[in-house]
Amino acid sequence: MDRLLFLFATGLARGAIFALFALSLVLIWRAARIVNFAQGAMALVATYAAFAVTGVTGSYWAGLAAGLVAGAAIGLGVERGLMRFTPHSSPLSGVIVAIGLVMVLQSLLGILFGAQYRPMRAPFDDSPIMVGGVPLLSPYDLFVLGVALAVMAVLALLFTRTSLGLQLRASAFAPEVSRVLGVRVGRMVTIGWMLSAAVAALAAMLLVPTELGLNPHATDMLFVYAFAVAVVGGLDSPVGALLGGLVVGLAMTLVTGYLGATVAPIGVLVLLVGVLLVRPGGIFSLREARSA
Amino acid sequence: MSQHSLARRVAALVGTSAVLVALAGCSTPAAPGGTDEVVPGVSDDTATIGTHTPLTGPAAAGYSSISAAATAYFAYLNDNGGIHGRSIEYIVKDDGYNPANTQTVVRELVQDDEVFAILNGLGTPTHTAVLDYLNQNEVPDLFVASGSTSWNQPEKYPFTFGFNADYVVEGAALAQYAADEHPGKVVCLLGQDDDFGDEMIEGAELALGADGLAAVERYSVSNQDVAAQIGALKAAGCEINILATINGFTALAIGTAAQLGWFPKWFSSSSGANYETLVGYLGEDIGPKLLQGLVGTNYLPASGGDSEWVTLFRQINDEYNDGAPFDGNTIYGMSVAYLFAEALEAAGENPTRASLIDAVASGDLAGNGVLPLSFGEDSHAAYLGVGITAVDQGVQDYVGATYAVDGGAVTAVDPSPVALSGEGVPGS
Amino acid sequence: MSRLLPSLRGIPRTIVLGAVLTVFAIGATFLLDPYRNFQLATVAAYFCATAGLTLLIGRSGQLSLGHAALMAAGGYGYALTANAMTDAGVTGIPRFLAGMLAAVVVSAALGWLLGLAAARLRGPYLAGVTLTLVIAVPAVASVFSGVLRGDQGVQIAYDGVPPVLERLIAVEQWQAWVAILVAGVVVTALAVFARGPVGLRMRAVRDDETAARLNGVRSGRVKVTAFTVSSVAAGAGGAVLCFATQSVSPGAYTLAFSLLLVVAVVLGGLGSIGGAALGSALIVLLPWLLAAGTAALPLPVELAQRLSGNLSILVFGVLLIGVMLVRPGGLVSLRRRRPSRSSGTATAAAPAEQPATTASPPAAAAAGARHP
Repeated sequence: MDRLLFLFATGLARGAIFALFALSLVLIWRAARIVNFAQGAMALVATYAAFAVTGVTGSYWAGLAAGLVAGAAIGLGVERGLMRFTPHSSPLSGVIVAIGLVMVLQSLLGILFGAQYRPMRAPFDDSPIMVGGVPLLSPYDLFVLGVALAVMAVLALLFTRTSLGLQLRASAFAPEVSRVLGVRVGRMVTIGWMLSAAVAALAAMLLVPTELGLNPHATDMLFVYAFAVAVVGGLDSPVGALLGGLVVGLAMTLVTGYLGATVAPIGVLVLLVGVLLVRPGGIFSLREARSA
Repeated sequence: MSQHSLARRVAALVGTSAVLVALAGCSTPAAPGGTDEVVPGVSDDTATIGTHTPLTGPAAAGYSSISAAATAYFAYLNDNGGIHGRSIEYIVKDDGYNPANTQTVVRELVQDDEVFAILNGLGTPTHTAVLDYLNQNEVPDLFVASGSTSWNQPEKYPFTFGFNADYVVEGAALAQYAADEHPGKVVCLLGQDDDFGDEMIEGAELALGADGLAAVERYSVSNQDVAAQIGALKAAGCEINILATINGFTALAIGTAAQLGWFPKWFSSSSGANYETLVGYLGEDIGPKLLQGLVGTNYLPASGGDSEWVTLFRQINDEYNDGAPFDGNTIYGMSVAYLFAEALEAAGENPTRASLIDAVASGDLAGNGVLPLSFGEDSHAAYLGVGITAVDQGVQDYVGATYAVDGGAVTAVDPSPVALSGEGVPGS
Repeated sequence: MSRLLPSLRGIPRTIVLGAVLTVFAIGATFLLDPYRNFQLATVAAYFCATAGLTLLIGRSGQLSLGHAALMAAGGYGYALTANAMTDAGVTGIPRFLAGMLAAVVVSAALGWLLGLAAARLRGPYLAGVTLTLVIAVPAVASVFSGVLRGDQGVQIAYDGVPPVLERLIAVEQWQAWVAILVAGVVVTALAVFARGPVGLRMRAVRDDETAARLNGVRSGRVKVTAFTVSSVAAGAGGAVLCFATQSVSPGAYTLAFSLLLVVAVVLGGLGSIGGAALGSALIVLLPWLLAAGTAALPLPVELAQRLSGNLSILVFGVLLIGVMLVRPGGLVSLRRRRPSRSSGTATAAAPAEQPATTASPPAAAAAGARHP
């Protein structure tokens, strides 16, 4: 029973990270109608930047801030420098270009930083708090949950209550009409990319301290999980990303906790195929599945 | 139909033919079974050897420094006259701990680089993939960096010789030490899901009996989360955990257990007991605390001890290895390189692959370990016993207990370290 | 190509071309030394897989990022069957054929299942599922480690040169012959298939699924068939690779390798079998060239270590992006008159619909003439 509670609590914390990353995928999907397969690699570059800054200044928070800025910068660079020129006649070209980007980014990180695992320290204690003798969440897990929820709340407010949010949504749904009404659609798309990349960077920076160390392949599995979350929750739905994240996080932690971590990719595969066959629009999606 | 396309076609044809001629020109046709006067990899002033090792990937940390240390030793050796006037050139190729890459790089070494021998190929799954190839091509495959018992099959693989004390011996020694020093405690094992884990289990059961291990958990290198396994071991009430793990996973196991608030005794195989590497993983702040009392095995001079070998190796490391950190891997790499130099010296003024194999199998080599080498006509294993080490206040040294496995039984023996001679240069 | 054998048309011509090129390639092995022959065998194995993949992506519009998993299925099928045969005392040709058959059946089954899922999924979703599939390969090998032996993989008995030929050729050449032969058969079959009615339906579904359906094409069935056929080819490639290296392990079929297969078909030219040949050669030769190049430079040890492996991936990534942006038709489109700049995979694949050149490894790739 202890183990179940411990896994449950950890699953929530893990799920919050997945939800955050999936949210970034949803943001891109809504802004540009593509699934950004390079999201993980972009987030990783920002994490390396954060790591470097923390190494130089000694402050975790400076690193975190630097990582967010770096994430936004990468989003800007990729959108303006690459995605704008990608032929859009077929959805496959976007995916293939993203794959090329992943290869470029990961190999550059490997060349510049080497393949060693660089442990990243968490700003809070990593060991679980004992509640009545049962290990539950650690202070760091609570931090992660807090940050994730706060970011989601801020984004929700941004999109629903601010003028910028209105413009972002308008550019995504009806670009032509928005343009006519004076919205700078191109700039909105870029802002969408920047926001998405920054959120993804945040998710990666929250995740890496719980792993063995920062390395050029640290976000591979994160992308797969987040993709599964985005599919489960529906690529169109931010709420779906949140709920889907918690569900997938819990499910995966329970599976790996009881059956061993090796089974995890199989678990994700089964989940993914199941959801896509039964409800291609996502379990929580409220509208019909949009064709790619 | 236009001249445009004709010109293009001609250009393409010419281009392809040029590429073909170039490729064929810089390669020689296969000559099966032709007798060569020239010994591959040996010239009047150099002997070229090669190795495959993980320089990238999850297994790299903790192993990539071994080849660098060996290279440093060879540089020292070459500066001091080499062996019979020949410098030793050591080609190190990366296989990323991936058996598929090992296939490719070993073929490159043998066919492209034409090495004299393969030295210290690293990894059980990786080297298993090239055993057949090397023996079929009669390439000396010396001192494999792995404790699998597969390297000790003189009839099936006459060209392959091991170096590490094998995992059965290690498992038996650790288990016997647990039984001797902590009688009555619950002993369990966490092992890699391949021969490494299988053979440590075999050795432990040799010492403790078929049901001596209360719980056994396995892990796979491709997945870096052992929380489930640690949880299971904790639930089984284990007090002493034998670890058949590589360094990264030793750190993971100890770290994960600490997170769960569980601090059993840890007994690790030498493949995963490198103190400095483990501190690197766990962090300078909590690493030393978590690693206090870590029991390991070793058969080479200990970094914390006062062996003359270690003093010499430290000097070589400072001069020839760019000030790289000095740890168990450095000692290991240089010891293997020293042993090869000894073998090459014994192979004679004009060494051939056959004379090299004979030199090793003769059993006359001394090495530099805490026990004598066990090479012979019917034994291709280097060390059939190990000494027990422990970490105390950051220093990893022998505690005095030494065990050997002979004919299926574990016995305590006295250590007999080989003394330093000739400044570490064989034949001088 | 129609200039060479004007009297033959259609399918017989494809078969004869395939046979001629295969013989040509086998002849080329006499010119090369053992290591080159080993590389040639590897290229031939990859060619089986890339030929199938290029048809899948280019002709039927389904992006599979996990083709390495299908090769792995073939490889494991071959290895397990070969070991079972060895235990039963069977060796030589019967063992090889039984292994190949098992490999093809296993990969076809997996491909069929994947195809069933793929038929209901659109582009990025299918890509994501296949991505997850290839990541799951080491997990499957570990979970079933009793049979599949986890990360260590399965080793098979050494298949030496048959006694009849022992005096003539070395083992690497023999392996190259077997690989080329298998590649020749598989790719010719693929080319024949692509020229037939199913190929036409595949292109119809890719270009406009709704219109195709209105014309009576069962798009779901076509997609599944496309997947199954390309899986058979990939499985054959995996089996040949296992034969040449005497082992199969999850490490040989990683995500990175799967992406490299995609690089090969995109660089070569989507939908073109000749392009697949060029791409397969590229992904084997370019890393080797880069490694030789960096070894020749006087670099500090640490930098050289970091470059190894990463440099070729960097180059491939840049090439992939470059090709998609500038010349989506890939290498084969260089030999045609400049296509109009309306890029995108749909139109880029269009010029490749002209009779696909059945080419085999680089020895013969551009040697044939082609109608502009």
